[in-house]
Amino acid sequence: MSVYYTKEHEWVKIKEGVGAVGITDFAAHQLGDVTFVELPKVGKEVKQFAVLAAIESVKAASDIYSPVSGKVTKVNDALENNPEIVNEAPEDAAWIAWVEISDETELKNLMTKEQYDEYVKGLE
Amino acid sequence: MSHENFLPNTPEDIREMLAAIGAGSIDELFAPIPANLRAKSFDLPAGMSEFEMLAGLKALAGKNAGDLSSFIGGGFYDHVIPAVVDHLSGRAEFYTAYTPYQPECSQGSLQALFEYQTAICELTGMEVSNASLYDGATAMAEAALMMLRVTERNRIVMDGAINPFYRQVVKSYLAMVNVEVVEVMPVNGAIDRTAFIAAIDEAAAGVLLQNPNFFGTVDDFTDIVAAAHAKGALASVSVYPVALGLLKTPGAMGADIVTGDGQPLGNPLSFGGPSFGFMASIKKYIRNFPGRIIGETVDRNGKRGFVLTLQAREQHIKRHKATSNICSNQSLCALRGLIFLSAFGREGFVELARLNYDKGGYAKQVLASVKGVSLYNAGSTFNEFTLTLPKSAAEVVETLLGQGIAAGVPAGAWYAGLDNQLVVTVTEKRSKEEIDTLAERLEVALWS
Amino acid sequence: MELIYEKSRAGRRGVLLPASDVPTAAVLPKSLLRAESARLPELSELETVRHFTNLSRRNFSVDTNFYPLGSCTMKYNSKAIEEAAKLFGDFHPMTALLPGGERYAQGNLAMVHHLGELLTEITGMDEVTCQPLAGAHGEMTGIMLIAAYHRAKGNKKRYVIVPDSSHGTNPASAAMAGYEIITIPSAPYGDMDLDEFKAKMNGEVAAVMMTCPNTLGLFNPHIREICDIAHSFDALVYYDGANTNAILGKVRPGDLGFDVIHLNLHKTFGTPHGAGGPGSGPVGVKQALVPFLPMPRVVKKDGAYSLETDNAASIGRVSSFFGNFGVMVKAYAYILMLGRQGLIKVSEQAVLNANYIMSQLKSHYDLPYDFTCMHECVFSASRQLKHGVHAIDIAKYLIDRGFHPPTVYFPLNVKEAIMIEPTETESKETIDAFIAVMKEAAEMAEKDPEALHQAPVTMPVTRLDETKAAREQAVCYSKW
Repeated sequence: MSVYYTKEHEWVKIKEGVGAVGITDFAAHQLGDVTFVELPKVGKEVKQFAVLAAIESVKAASDIYSPVSGKVTKVNDALENNPEIVNEAPEDAAWIAWVEISDETELKNLMTKEQYDEYVKGLE
Repeated sequence: MSHENFLPNTPEDIREMLAAIGAGSIDELFAPIPANLRAKSFDLPAGMSEFEMLAGLKALAGKNAGDLSSFIGGGFYDHVIPAVVDHLSGRAEFYTAYTPYQPECSQGSLQALFEYQTAICELTGMEVSNASLYDGATAMAEAALMMLRVTERNRIVMDGAINPFYRQVVKSYLAMVNVEVVEVMPVNGAIDRTAFIAAIDEAAAGVLLQNPNFFGTVDDFTDIVAAAHAKGALASVSVYPVALGLLKTPGAMGADIVTGDGQPLGNPLSFGGPSFGFMASIKKYIRNFPGRIIGETVDRNGKRGFVLTLQAREQHIKRHKATSNICSNQSLCALRGLIFLSAFGREGFVELARLNYDKGGYAKQVLASVKGVSLYNAGSTFNEFTLTLPKSAAEVVETLLGQGIAAGVPAGAWYAGLDNQLVVTVTEKRSKEEIDTLAERLEVALWS
Repeated sequence: MELIYEKSRAGRRGVLLPASDVPTAAVLPKSLLRAESARLPELSELETVRHFTNLSRRNFSVDTNFYPLGSCTMKYNSKAIEEAAKLFGDFHPMTALLPGGERYAQGNLAMVHHLGELLTEITGMDEVTCQPLAGAHGEMTGIMLIAAYHRAKGNKKRYVIVPDSSHGTNPASAAMAGYEIITIPSAPYGDMDLDEFKAKMNGEVAAVMMTCPNTLGLFNPHIREICDIAHSFDALVYYDGANTNAILGKVRPGDLGFDVIHLNLHKTFGTPHGAGGPGSGPVGVKQALVPFLPMPRVVKKDGAYSLETDNAASIGRVSSFFGNFGVMVKAYAYILMLGRQGLIKVSEQAVLNANYIMSQLKSHYDLPYDFTCMHECVFSASRQLKHGVHAIDIAKYLIDRGFHPPTVYFPLNVKEAIMIEPTETESKETIDAFIAVMKEAAEMAEKDPEALHQAPVTMPVTRLDETKAAREQAVCYSKW
């Protein structure tokens, strides 16, 4: 399993050509208490860095961009009624959707864990 | 010249403040505005005291016709307003406050609006309500936009028996966003069921209905709502709130969204505004709502309190992706609505509706017995109905206006072929005597 | 405090209805009737009066507290204007639309027309419609007019440009009219970055929406140039009138080159805001846009007023009747009382008060854009943030000291923004008291940040759990 990150603070964990997508610990902290996650529809085709989902806190709303192109095969229904999972375990239980990756070459546009950590340090 | 209205700073204050700022004059503060950008003209009359202003406006208001005996509705209704409505909504703490952004020092407005939302849900048979929109027409347009958002489709099917002004506003709003509005014209003052249901297809986002409709016809839209749902479309019903004292709720018909104009609930006619638009829906669609919503929560000590909630939908956070651009709404008018409903209470409100129904029923019978006049509505009515006259309704209305009677609204301005149809409204404020007089004068106007 | 529904007792009555003088009509078919009456509250009149009176006491308001809410112009609302509105209260709008009906509504129609004329002169535009019911409604109407203009000329337009410091209603209104948004960042001098604007401007831009002075309270000296550049692409320029209180008699948007403007009568022209509304958002336009104005339009001919209801080029109707007429009467009364000289002094005193506050608080708060301001000034609580104190903590402390907080966290381009708009109706003593409390808050941020985190402690409730509200969505009483 390999993990990649985006500048917009999404992560993607890839296993057998399918990527689980979520937002990073840093992003969850910035948003504050998450109140709603707007999940994509299963079957949706998404391009790399296009809007995949949306997330709301009390005072903010932001789009979640897909780190990879492909088709949404599964969404995390648990977030619908329990959006607080995003704050509790952003890089684990709070995966948002699975995307069946259509173009693995796009992974070169993403950051590794080390690169992302470095990037976040620069923002703080 | 002495000091101007409402400006407290004395020359001494001004000197001190300028000194503290380090400016030599007030003009210096306007230095950031280049000279070539200054106003070319500002040709306004000189100011005056409140006494002179009020005398002038009294004279101006005097140019309106005095007391007309009014049988006109068409979206605004001449109902009684209990004295408590003016007195309580006139509390300065309510009317000189801003939108309750800081909840701790706005619990009065917030709790009142939460109570208002509850009352609207009770009236309409819905689960959630917002804290008001501008008016009934724009509320219907917002409902159309909401149905488009929810379904991601791009066609609206609208009953042609809806108030023509509402339909015009819906069309103005939707003309901008490449949405097809299919208007199905009514038959005998009622929705054309067969044609309307046939117009609902898989591209339809939703249907717009009104009960009672412009002609006063009362309907049960259960079948039409079901037909919309069968095609994956939503249904929005606009209502006359006073009629909901008696009539079946849109909730009971299965509707998804309910809108309407709250003017009849404690707001003066005021030449068309301000009133308030209301909007309620089933809970599922709350995130698609336009406008402000008040929610219950607790403070740090677990004490109940109220806040503006789901703000992430709104323009100040979501900007161009917001559910609507609305910011200011009509809170004070909504508060008047709540006080009105509280003053009459559960039983009183039903009695008010019943009284309107009885007055309408009596007028319908008396007026339809005038020689040559017949009732146009095929279905039941509430306090508004449509007559077929033996001549142009516009002519008759103009004649009776000259006698101090606003006899009704001629339908011909908006409906081809209905030049002889007159929509008559009778609220609890019209006496039997006024109704009888209208019948006599109508007969004279028709036959002399 | 109990909800009105919790105070309700079955069988208790408030106001009585007039007795019926007509026979009872036959009951409607059951399929048309509601199954159960709405559970409205049942109280005596006194209980209703106490309930709402006590609720009102849980509000801050202009009549009870200094309310320097930036961008909202919370000036004093004169009592005489309330009396003025009552003079016109009880008149059915449909009367004027009946055949021959205009002649019975000459007073009302004259008021609408004359108010439009006054606003036309104040803004330097060619005609004003008062039909829009609030500022954002005016914005949408304005953008619809711009779209109609482009459509009539056969222009293909897709975008609306807004600065990043704009009110959220600007992009939201443009989006409602089907446009895509281009956002231009602010430059270090506090205004829209002119170079960035020039780079983004193109032939597909329908409109540029500007607030001037902007939401930082700064007047943009390049505003004429921005209008000229936009016009060279046949884009129109929209003036968000939220900040008009700064410029009365000093600057007219029409003279600057703006094509469309909206005003907020509930801000600049002293009409009360009613805890959220009603407002009124008249729209002024230049001649090229007059043919598209919404219907019905009040016109004056041979000394009489009539309604133009039929015009194929019009964008149509944007609200039911003639706008928020009652609010319009109040603004009309306000303008009549102030007059030319009074209105000029309104802006002068508003600007003086804002600059005075700015000069006195600079020592205690960061001022990210340190220029002479217009009617409002924007500080940042970034200095206080080092002690863990946010703008919201300072806001809540002000509540305990009897002041309504300024606008916080807006505009978005200032971190921890505190936006203060005192207005012209406040006295130096009130403003000095406010300044003292703001300084006190800054000092407390260093010495006792925890006390600020606890504020407010004097209100009926302490800080409320907004997350719980958003997650649970309890928007109606449910424990019947």
